[in-house]
Amino acid sequence: MRIGLFATCLGDTLFPDAVRATALLVARLGHEIVFPPDQTCCGQMHVNTGYQREPVPLVRNFAEQFGDASIDAVVMPSGSCVGCVRHQHPLVADRYGDAALRSGVAAVRDKTYELSEFLVDVLDATDVGAYFPHRVTYHPTCHSLRMLGVGDKPLRLLRAVEGIDLVELPEADACCGFGGTFAVKNAATSTAMLRDKLDHIASTDAAVCTAGDSSCLMHIGGGLSRIRSGTRTLHLAEILAATRTAPYVPLETTR
Amino acid sequence: MNARETVLGRVRDALALAPRPAVAVSRDYRRGRGLPDPERLDLLVDRLVDYKAQVRTCTATETSATLAEMLAGLGARRVGIPAGLDRTWLSDWTGDLVEDRPDVPAPSLAELDAVVTASAVTCAETGTIFLDGSHDQGRRALTLVPDVHVCVVDLSQVTAGIPEAMERLVPERPTTLISGPSATSDIELERVEGVHGPRTLVVVIRTDR
Amino acid sequence: MSSTFLGMPAAPPRSPYGAGNLRGERTFPEAAAHELGNDQLRANLHRATRTIRAKRLAVTAELPDWEELRAAGAAVKNEAMGRLPELLEQLEAKVTEAGGTVHWARDAAEANALVTELVAATGSREVIKVKSMATQEIGLNEHLESQGITAHETDLAELIVQLADDRPSHILVPAIHRNREEIRRIFLERIPGVDPGLDSVPAELAAAARAYLREKFMSVPVAVSGANFGIAETGTLSVVESEGNGRMCLTLPRTLITVMGIEKVLPRYADLEVFLQLLPRSSTGERMNPYTTLWTGVTPGDGPQDFHLVLLDNGRTAALADPIGREALNCIRCSACLNVCPVYERVGGHAYGSTYPGPIGAVLTPQLAGTHAAKNDPNASLPYASTLCGACYDACPVKIDIPSLLVELRHQTTERTGRSAERLAMKAAAAVMGRPKLYTTAQRAAAIGRIAAGRDGKISHLPPPLGGWTESRDITAPPRRTFRAWYASQEGRDALAAAAAEHPADTEMPEEER
Repeated sequence: MRIGLFATCLGDTLFPDAVRATALLVARLGHEIVFPPDQTCCGQMHVNTGYQREPVPLVRNFAEQFGDASIDAVVMPSGSCVGCVRHQHPLVADRYGDAALRSGVAAVRDKTYELSEFLVDVLDATDVGAYFPHRVTYHPTCHSLRMLGVGDKPLRLLRAVEGIDLVELPEADACCGFGGTFAVKNAATSTAMLRDKLDHIASTDAAVCTAGDSSCLMHIGGGLSRIRSGTRTLHLAEILAATRTAPYVPLETTR
Repeated sequence: MNARETVLGRVRDALALAPRPAVAVSRDYRRGRGLPDPERLDLLVDRLVDYKAQVRTCTATETSATLAEMLAGLGARRVGIPAGLDRTWLSDWTGDLVEDRPDVPAPSLAELDAVVTASAVTCAETGTIFLDGSHDQGRRALTLVPDVHVCVVDLSQVTAGIPEAMERLVPERPTTLISGPSATSDIELERVEGVHGPRTLVVVIRTDR
Repeated sequence: MSSTFLGMPAAPPRSPYGAGNLRGERTFPEAAAHELGNDQLRANLHRATRTIRAKRLAVTAELPDWEELRAAGAAVKNEAMGRLPELLEQLEAKVTEAGGTVHWARDAAEANALVTELVAATGSREVIKVKSMATQEIGLNEHLESQGITAHETDLAELIVQLADDRPSHILVPAIHRNREEIRRIFLERIPGVDPGLDSVPAELAAAARAYLREKFMSVPVAVSGANFGIAETGTLSVVESEGNGRMCLTLPRTLITVMGIEKVLPRYADLEVFLQLLPRSSTGERMNPYTTLWTGVTPGDGPQDFHLVLLDNGRTAALADPIGREALNCIRCSACLNVCPVYERVGGHAYGSTYPGPIGAVLTPQLAGTHAAKNDPNASLPYASTLCGACYDACPVKIDIPSLLVELRHQTTERTGRSAERLAMKAAAAVMGRPKLYTTAQRAAAIGRIAAGRDGKISHLPPPLGGWTESRDITAPPRRTFRAWYASQEGRDALAAAAAEHPADTEMPEEER
């Protein structure tokens, strides 16, 4: 299959390791990676903050970049960006777009998948040949869990990883407190939520906390860094892309 | 314009500004369920006990002996009954029997140690008894003010679920749904039995009726 | 077009500014920051919400048709909203036919005046009250007090709140922010003649309330209630409760006055079979609440012989005129969304400033009372009081998509605000991201953020308005190279080619390659 890779603006700019891992994983599974170079951002931050006119060009750009019928599926390492494409692009197109945008959005949304959905539902793969000999706990991000309903797909993928020591995160389905601009507009409440999440992560004694969204991981990772925790964050794609021959090595050596 | 016309006008305006498509309600939930007698009985008993009701089963011929025994066990002396209750139910009872009258002020009902009534219908799945104010159940105050309510339920009146029970009701009758003794979860969301309604609920299920 | 339709429809008004309890004094972030400082509150809420979540999950999982019930509940509510004019008229006719009197109130002030008049006509200076959101919303108790009439709350939690001169903080359990020890102290101080040896065991506290209120139930001749549902088909009203205080109020007084929001109407008696399953399991996590009373007008010889129903608008029609927001009117006040909300769990109900707290409050309050009635209207901050985590939508028994409603209300807020720093920033961001060339240039600029980072590659302090972030979180410095730069590099091409080569031509992956 020809797989359109959407890096997401956050992944492309701040967390390239997660996107790189996604690309390598999909290539390793025998599929061709297509990276439309003019892709930018899905517009989720705009819509969630209350702006629906401003992201129209972003929605249009996304539909144009990935609309090509030769792209069989669009994959992105972010549950919340998939949520935006599925639920918010039609909303924006209906309200402030034209007929062309509406049909473009409808065509692309039906072939857009979050990474774990793509692997399990489309490729029917749970064992992707990964090797990751570390203690790991998984945080199901809210949009993956509830907006997309990925269920236990990420956990099924993780359980199949060779060498992994997967430990359950207490109160895993509780929000980490990120919520985009919520973390800034309601910083105190967000911090209270984050503290509880960090406590639960600490109780697992895991070396790595993983999730399917770089945004939530940025939030959790920022908290872990501040308290000088021994646990680090890593995107699900980075664990799934690690193998015996190509073990996990951070591209960036900031830690 | 009076308030009625204003409010109704606003509702019509709102629906003109944001018209709603007609909605078809699909009732795909469980309705018209039947369960064999033993299963209905087991389910009901389980639910009643879960909500801290006292439960006894008996046959119709044992009604009077069972009620007399239960009332004695509760230490009751003055027992109220609605005017239309089958008196033979209490033929073995030797204490005071007070038949309710509409002119008795409600506070006086507090002098009763217990009240014995029949019931209209009962839902097994939720352990809910429905009283509808019929002559063998009496006015609502009678089953509210006394601290003990002894309620007779015939198995034939017991339905599996809520839809089957609701179907048997007459909407215009004052209806009370009772699921266990009064309770509250207002302190730390912890359930505590016994607030304003009867603190003791006794359910006598007649299995052959 | 209908023949009775005259002229253009006008947008119905919100609840008038300054009346009732639909607006706090501070914005949500300010109020929340204050509440977050209360450790006792946090501990109480933590414990209570966990208890109720577990119970709700257990009893909803028990029903194999839970999702079908939710779907039916949502559909019945949607149907009722679309047929509201005829259903309200039908309800009115049926209640009147059954010996009741129906009144209409445009807003809080009108409803309060109506109730006061009805109470005054009985000659009583006291009323007993069943817990009711509608009368809390309109500030009825305060109004009655100003008119020399004492309102006795009879629900245990409402009593606790009233005795402590406090405000409710939860739809179902207004005193959820209080623990047993606090309640014991409140009772000792405020209940006349209470046993000075009163214990903090919940059963003993409940018994103290029983003893205190018994005399009121037996002597006060007027009761005021709300209603959970009003059935148009039959004129039947219902109150769903636990303690029996509702039965007392609905049965013993001579006069009963029920204040019901117009959105509480249901088309058919049979619809109760859906809601009597949805409501208790979602609210208290019980298969059925201990008591539900259904009454139709007046029954000779049984219960109040003088019955009044007050149908309240107070901003409901304004919400109904919003094609998206109106879904909030479907709420049956179960409070499941509060109990699962991670924000509510931390800050409690007072932070929302309204009778309706939590996720449903954040979408209902702004629609009933508006968001721009004053400068820095606290209600404008409510749609932002959420991370959009979606737990509320999952829990809602009538499937109100609260996250989508929040996003819609945020949009309405930004549409009204016009030019603001945030809007300009959003525009600028969209302008950059809408132009791929500008975007890659900006990415390179972002990498300059590396110089803000310390030696460990972390940024620990940002200027306002982003300073809130760095209060508790670091930011990792931007990486040297974006993904797209890696992808376009020789290294990227080689890595992808090597990965593709790992996949064998046949579909089976040889064991040794794992």
